[in-house]
Amino acid sequence: MKDSDLDNVQPLLSFSVKIAQNLIKSVKPHFGKGGRFEKFHPAFDALETFLFVPAHTTASGVHIRDAIDLKRTMFTVIIALVPTLLFGMWNVGYQHHLAYGVQVSMMDNFLFGFWKVLPIIVVSYTVGLGVEFIFAIIRNHQVSEGYLVTGLLIPLTMPVTIPLWMVALAAIFCTVLGKEIFGGTGMNFMNPALLARAFLFFAFPAYMSGDIWTDLSPETGHSLVDAYSGATNLVAFDTDFTKMGSVSDMFWGFEQGSIGETSTFACLIGAFILIVTGIGSWQIIVSCFVGALLMGLVLNGLAPVDIPTHPMHTPAYYHWLMGGFAFGAVYMATDPVSAAHTEVGKWIYGLLIGIFTVILRVFNPAYPEGVMLSILLMNVFAPLIDHIVIEQHIKNRKKRA
Amino acid sequence: MAKVITIKKGYNIKLNGVAENITSSLDLPNLIAIKPHDFPMLIPKLSVEVGQEILAGHPLFYDKNNPVIRLPSPVSGEVVEIVRGEKRRILEIRILPDKIPKYISFPSPNLKEAARESIIDLLLESGCWSYIRQRPYCFIANPTDIPKAIFVSCFDTAPLAPDLGYIIEQERANFQLGIEVLDKLSNGHLHISIHDSTKEKISESDFQRLSHHKIHHFRGPHPAGNVGIQIHHIAPIQKGEIVWYVHPQDVIIIGRLFSEGRYRAHRTVAFTGSGVVHPHYFRVMTGQKLSTILEYQLREGSYRIIQGNILTGKQSSSDDFLSFYENQLTIVPEGNEPQFLGWLLPGLHKLSLSRTFLSWLTPNRSYNLNTNTNGEERAFVMTGQYDKVLPMNIYPVHLLKAIMAKDIERMEDLGIYEVSEEDFALCEFVCTSKIDVQRIIKEGLDYIRSEG
Repeated sequence: MKDSDLDNVQPLLSFSVKIAQNLIKSVKPHFGKGGRFEKFHPAFDALETFLFVPAHTTASGVHIRDAIDLKRTMFTVIIALVPTLLFGMWNVGYQHHLAYGVQVSMMDNFLFGFWKVLPIIVVSYTVGLGVEFIFAIIRNHQVSEGYLVTGLLIPLTMPVTIPLWMVALAAIFCTVLGKEIFGGTGMNFMNPALLARAFLFFAFPAYMSGDIWTDLSPETGHSLVDAYSGATNLVAFDTDFTKMGSVSDMFWGFEQGSIGETSTFACLIGAFILIVTGIGSWQIIVSCFVGALLMGLVLNGLAPVDIPTHPMHTPAYYHWLMGGFAFGAVYMATDPVSAAHTEVGKWIYGLLIGIFTVILRVFNPAYPEGVMLSILLMNVFAPLIDHIVIEQHIKNRKKRA
Repeated sequence: MAKVITIKKGYNIKLNGVAENITSSLDLPNLIAIKPHDFPMLIPKLSVEVGQEILAGHPLFYDKNNPVIRLPSPVSGEVVEIVRGEKRRILEIRILPDKIPKYISFPSPNLKEAARESIIDLLLESGCWSYIRQRPYCFIANPTDIPKAIFVSCFDTAPLAPDLGYIIEQERANFQLGIEVLDKLSNGHLHISIHDSTKEKISESDFQRLSHHKIHHFRGPHPAGNVGIQIHHIAPIQKGEIVWYVHPQDVIIIGRLFSEGRYRAHRTVAFTGSGVVHPHYFRVMTGQKLSTILEYQLREGSYRIIQGNILTGKQSSSDDFLSFYENQLTIVPEGNEPQFLGWLLPGLHKLSLSRTFLSWLTPNRSYNLNTNTNGEERAFVMTGQYDKVLPMNIYPVHLLKAIMAKDIERMEDLGIYEVSEEDFALCEFVCTSKIDVQRIIKEGLDYIRSEG
């Protein structure tokens, strides 16, 4: 049975497909049992199954299978990340030119950012996938698709000024200590990409906080404008929240920050894609936002009256727009492996992430980005939440008798 | 009007090749076979030998652990061969049927007056007892047990499933008589479920002689038709409890025993799937050679022959014989061709419960699905998928984990006694990581039966 998707494709393409198929067929024996490169079979297998959905048929149980697999799942997440990536690239250029007071076209802003961000992405994928392949070969298991998403999440959570060797270090740390020591994709209990960011945040604080958010590579004929400040809205917020950017700037993302995190709007497009396709849990996304809003409102109520600029006075919905909250809630908290697994658990997990994010932001100026730490914290607590939900479920089942 | 039970979780997989409501009769074949393997957990001991002439209804073998459970011959004729496998395990008992069938005649008791015990005796003697199966574990019921209830599901929601209303319609009187027999056995705990989709052909008026509250109306998608789902919603099984169930087609065979006094094992089997030229029903004999049905009906190409439905059936071949409880044959194309960047294409012709393929924009389309796994097995990643297609108060993933950890107490806590492989078939279908969910459930049930 030929899928008619293929029929529509140009004959030229199908010709090159044939060539690829024959090439794979001819070299396959070398990677098989007893072949010259038997050791490298997982690497070969990863490449082959990347190009062709294998001809495996069902052996036991159901005779037909849903069309989705992990590759498709991860690919869908990447599509959902594209808006933040494109906007992030443009914003890198925009912030750069803003700092120098230069007016350039939208395309120039984007291209500037594109050439700055691309190396970070390339390093992240090359190093991370390299480590994955090495582990697959050593431990003789298949290369899982998890890193396709992780490899893009790492650059998006970095400032554009991050040195490339640090990206490489983060990719290695995330793959080895975030995943492989637990047994690979599906076995980790913390979000690997966030773990990588936290690692850099604590190991190299000078590169992950302070005046590092805008690419200040020299612009010939221009010098920094007087009004330029390297502080992000999250830092401004701790001293005087009224000094933050406008609500619309924060919503659309015309602010300084990590590459992918600035635009709440782009994150919402991603959230829409994840929720419609069913890949991301809408319960987690919604409950994160609700949790942050609730906690924000509670703090508004408790805020000291005599200090009108105290961060507790920040309008609650600002927390949705500031920093990486939207990015974390949409792309990080929803990682199905490290989130809670039960439906009820997902609501609790999301609410607590929202609540802790706001608490950390308001009461701990040392860690302006509360969402990263609260997601990691709740990753640790997710199994406990699930445990309580399941125990309650068992109790209810027994009562039914 | 009884209460309507609406099943919300689940999914109807729409495939091409639904059987048209037409029945072809086939001549009695020149060879039939009964396979002990069709009966889980049964250890066969032969009651016949090669060369013996037998009548229809004569026992062929019995269960070593419970000798009253006897499996009857559906035809009269000569036992021509006992096919054995490894360690002399009996695989098939082959019979050369007479052209004109001769039956053992059994006394037909007056149902109104007969005691429960005498009905059981007749069912055992005729071999019709083998149609009464139990939950948990899905094997032949033990006649000395007192079941909590007896269930008959009068609709099948599985992909391409036979229209049970249509089958019942053909022998309504025998069906009603069979139901009365079960009513006697159940001590007043007989539950019959019907579905909106079959309400023209089978309705409450068919069961007038039963008291009203035992008829349950169901609404909703597969697996609403699975008897396990119905038991869960009506009379959930606790540890130590037993529920019996009988398929409507088998109810008809029991009805024939009481109306005609003989064991007549014809079945109406739906012949379905996109590999069939003209999908419709066949009236055949239990144990009929499949090639006699498949002749002239198979399309050209590489197809898989499945006894049963596409989710729970067993792979078979045209040399095989129709299994004892079978009501459906499904023929679907094999998916043994690699697909270039298959995971990347928009996928208008690929069925997925997730909306990651564009096919979700055309929800009413029927599909020609093949047996490709559409990806390789991976560690468990996506959560909440199984819950969407399992309409039970059970956490499927946690139950599966308890099974893999061989933790009996946890399995019991999480509801292992209420489930069977077929109830988890949709979970296996939707699984992104291509995990063999049904195999794990079966392992769990086998383990708890041997240890518990």
